[in-house]
Amino acid sequence: MEIILNDINLFHPKQKLNEKNTSVLLEDGVISKIGNLKPNDFEEAEVFEFAGKYVVPGFFDMHVHFREPGREDEETIVTGCNAAANGGFTGVACMPNTQPAIDSAETINFIKGQAQSHLVDVYPIAAATVGREGEVLSPMAELFEAGAVGFSDDGVAIKSASILRKVLEYSQMYDLPVIEHCEDYTLAGGAMNEGLNSTLLGLPPIPSVAEDLIVSRDIQMAEYTGGKVHIAHISTKNAVQLVREAKAKGLKVTAEVTPHHFSLIDDTIKTYDTNFKMNPPLRTQEDVDAIIEGLKDGTLDCIASDHAPHSIEEKEEEFQSAPNGILGLETEIGLTFSELFHKKILELKGIVEKLSINPRRILNIPVPKFDVGQVANFTILDTDVVWTVDAKKFKSKSKNSPFDKKLLTGRAVAVINNRKMFYNNGFINI
Amino acid sequence: MNESFKIVDKLGLDRILTRIAHEILEKNKGSQNLVLIGMRTRGEFLAKRIHEKIKLIDNVDLPIGVLDVTLYRDDFRTRMKQPEVSVSDITFDINEKDVILIDDVLYTGRTVRSALNALMDFGRPSSIQLSILVDRGHRELPIRADYVGKNIPTSQNQEVKVKMEEIDGEDAIYNIDFNNK
Amino acid sequence: MPLSSRHLLGLHGVPKEDIQLILDTANTFKEVLARPIKKVPTLQGKTIVNLFYESSTRTRISFELAEKRLSADTINFSLSSSSVKKGESLKDTVKNIEAMKIDMIVIRHSAAGTPFYLTKIADANIINAGDGTHEHPTQALLDMYSIREKLGKLEGLKVCIVGDISHSRVALSNIFGLKTMGVKVSVCGPSTMIPRQIEELGVDVIYNIDEAIQENDILNVLRIQLERKAGENFPSLREYAKYFGITRERLDKNGKEILILHPGPINRGVEISSEVADGSDQIILDQVTNGVAIRMAVLYLLGTLN
Repeated sequence: MEIILNDINLFHPKQKLNEKNTSVLLEDGVISKIGNLKPNDFEEAEVFEFAGKYVVPGFFDMHVHFREPGREDEETIVTGCNAAANGGFTGVACMPNTQPAIDSAETINFIKGQAQSHLVDVYPIAAATVGREGEVLSPMAELFEAGAVGFSDDGVAIKSASILRKVLEYSQMYDLPVIEHCEDYTLAGGAMNEGLNSTLLGLPPIPSVAEDLIVSRDIQMAEYTGGKVHIAHISTKNAVQLVREAKAKGLKVTAEVTPHHFSLIDDTIKTYDTNFKMNPPLRTQEDVDAIIEGLKDGTLDCIASDHAPHSIEEKEEEFQSAPNGILGLETEIGLTFSELFHKKILELKGIVEKLSINPRRILNIPVPKFDVGQVANFTILDTDVVWTVDAKKFKSKSKNSPFDKKLLTGRAVAVINNRKMFYNNGFINI
Repeated sequence: MNESFKIVDKLGLDRILTRIAHEILEKNKGSQNLVLIGMRTRGEFLAKRIHEKIKLIDNVDLPIGVLDVTLYRDDFRTRMKQPEVSVSDITFDINEKDVILIDDVLYTGRTVRSALNALMDFGRPSSIQLSILVDRGHRELPIRADYVGKNIPTSQNQEVKVKMEEIDGEDAIYNIDFNNK
Repeated sequence: MPLSSRHLLGLHGVPKEDIQLILDTANTFKEVLARPIKKVPTLQGKTIVNLFYESSTRTRISFELAEKRLSADTINFSLSSSSVKKGESLKDTVKNIEAMKIDMIVIRHSAAGTPFYLTKIADANIINAGDGTHEHPTQALLDMYSIREKLGKLEGLKVCIVGDISHSRVALSNIFGLKTMGVKVSVCGPSTMIPRQIEELGVDVIYNIDEAIQENDILNVLRIQLERKAGENFPSLREYAKYFGITRERLDKNGKEILILHPGPINRGVEISSEVADGSDQIILDQVTNGVAIRMAVLYLLGTLN
């Protein structure tokens, strides 16, 4: 099948491409012509008019939780991929805290099988230790061979420094990053950031130093072993500074931040709404300011949602006992554009780097190219459209988002990958 | 426009209270077993004056208390405003006493009903006798006064207002017409 | 002027007029409690549910007495835990109770924010009898009432709350309420038990108990929770008693008149010595009596709202 994406701005920072008002011809999902289309091409193809919207290399979210296997009531691989497509992503890396954990090749094969014919590419992150229990190394070579792109015990940090060391040493053989949820387990267990608000609300606190301690530990271990450490969902001012210093020393340390950690602060918890409960928790304005600074100066490499679906009944519990986590895939682009692009923190180049190029680089996944003969892997963006979030329309199986009814500026209007297009709320084969 | 007519002045009020004091002593053949209890708000001041008069007549200092009946009202759900509570002050035993319950205006009888219930929670008096300054009729419950200052029959769009120096700045009884236009 | 809210969830943000009204109304009920027949028919026909997810005998009894003395019908639900995994969810329990047509819910729960959550799922008036480490408004109200009763006023006084401040809903409600009423508030305890940034609530922090005694008119002495692992927050009960306990010697050494409050139950020999607990500086039992009057006042003011 032939399709034409007409009147688009092709934007690819890595290829230094910035073509305004051009068109692209795709044949069976492969790039056939870029620009200089003839009237003849238009006769044969189905034409999609985009009126000047940006086409960028497909966005990639390197931190999502698809609850399959184990909690298919909350999300499945398919519904998660649908949410990703609706959010404007063509690829995701999914975390291993499923039931059972992703600590065997069989589980990796199962997950890849579930995602097989989907527009969205799914790359599993495998558990660093068996069952994520922090005691025994998982079969990392076999997991790599089956398709794992990184290791993590996410949900918790790798429990002991000695095991962390081994994981970093072993994963080096395959040049894989170790993705760490940085939290000291002896300081863990609270419900919100420690500060004036936790006292006012009477909620058990999580001190910010719990994150800083493990960020510091992991950076030093990366230095000692020469391994690659990626700091997941960074949230504190001090942690950002530690990563900045590590990079200045040339260490193999990277970091990601979630949209909620650059948009919200702990004041929002006043109504005990569990849609504001996640780990790491929402912090203070000082921390948000440091994160914005970190995004500007390149300390923070990418944006990743930590998409964490939860069932209605579990989120309807008392704040202290409700599970941590909120959805992210279907509000990520909107928040990024509203808070970073339109507030002049990042330009489009920076956004594409943080949402498309850097996540893949960290996971050793090839960045899609805009060249004739390449399989088209595009996100098509409307950077200025104002829209209202409606959780009822989410493709995710769950609805736990604090952004319902929020007004955002900017969203993806279509994604193309694997010879499929998601456009106007539906999938088309192309 | 409401029209007010003063029907009793300061001197007239004083004479009424003197007569009531005498009537109380006459009916009870003296003051041996009597206690006076005034109902908030104006009943309290009326009770004090009757107390003084009895002291002048019989040279006796009767026990005197104040009763707040707000907690016994029957109209919580229908009232627009939540009534303000105050404190009762009855420091003596009323068991087997003759209680003279004193209030300013007797109308539907519901307030007196509340007062009877309240008094029963303080003890078991020998008798409760009701002394009222003005009876304006329109009873909704079977209640009657033992001592009446003045009978002032009224219609539904009229009101009788008792004013007392202690809180209103003057002693008088007014008849008020609500003219509905 | 009725209360500005149809619930009592805490004292944070409650206007001075409301606190004043509750304290003044409690006078009426204290008088009722002095009568031979301690009952008034005011809340006849109202049904009040005491939903206690945390065990507590004294607070529940105090509420129950208050309810019965107002002639309301009372139902007691005592449950050991709440989360979905262990049984019926809180939401279902409350909705089921409400379906039986009740008017008011008195809730005690170990999770902060539970009373607020109930206001979203129930129509009844909600009264917080203690939610985790958040608030315990009726306790603070009876503490203020007791102080006012003994000393004749609240404004301008100096109160110090002594003990494990970081885990105390009694402390927090007292801080909010006392400050609204113009009282100067300070807290005293080992630094491991004082929450960070508590000064931002407008309270002073003192680590020395003698200094606390010298600078204040009233001490509100909190119970040291024996349930919490003692070794983690402070070295031992012995150390706490030695350096923070209120004893006769300590009061005499500082040689001044000071009023002692305690929310109970007291750990004799730990935060307060037997001698002081039974002595003349304390008004602990008055607090208990006043507790019933205050709770009657709160139930009256909320229960008779249209």
